[in-house]
Amino acid sequence: MLNIEKRLENDIWTLILTGEIDASNSVELDAAISEVVQEGAKSILIDCAALDYISSAGLGVFMSYLDEFEENNVKMVIFALKDKVFQVFHILGLDQLIIIRPTKEEALEG
Amino acid sequence: MNSQLRLYCDTAQLSELRQFLEAILKQTPLSEIEQHQVILAVEEVCANLIIHSHDCNSNEFIDLNVISSKALIVFEILDFGKGFNILEYREPEISQVIKSKRKGGLGIILVKRIMDKIEFESFENKNICRLYKILNSK
Repeated sequence: MLNIEKRLENDIWTLILTGEIDASNSVELDAAISEVVQEGAKSILIDCAALDYISSAGLGVFMSYLDEFEENNVKMVIFALKDKVFQVFHILGLDQLIIIRPTKEEALEG
Repeated sequence: MNSQLRLYCDTAQLSELRQFLEAILKQTPLSEIEQHQVILAVEEVCANLIIHSHDCNSNEFIDLNVISSKALIVFEILDFGKGFNILEYREPEISQVIKSKRKGGLGIILVKRIMDKIEFESFENKNICRLYKILNSK
């Protein structure tokens, strides 16, 4: 079960992820990111405080945007990952490729 | 201890798989983070089979046997049809995953980094993938 809430505050889009991301629903994450990109988002925060699980299908969605975001100066920051979920990013070294911050305040700072 | 689960080849079954594994792993000395990672590794193999070997055909199934002892837990994943030999699969470089915008390939890297030993065997039409995790009872 995955719920994605999109919020726009001061030109910053925040996607609030609740639940679990696996191969059955990673397309929903892809669609949500794609929608805010089409809205012209230049700054995207991903709130993972209520994200309990992510498999490679979900990680692959984030990875697939990295090049495009770099080319178009779109900044994506993931924040408030639970430790068990952060460890999954860490195993693959994705914490070196994706900006990950502990809190929303730190995510806003960049 | 021995537990079995039959999974029909539909990705909607993956959450049931996680619940099944969670209940078993809770009884092991693995930390919460390690339990989470083992669930992920088993799910990655099953999702791979469901999607790539069985094209999400929910009439087909894969069988999971979990055999646990004090020192070791083994996940035996059986399916019928074109096998996926995880040991022969050459996983991509992470940089390649980004460049090609491919969304696959990461799962097998996770499995290989999380599990302690992986075996694959195939005979006639039957494929067996075994994932081993050592249970450190300190």
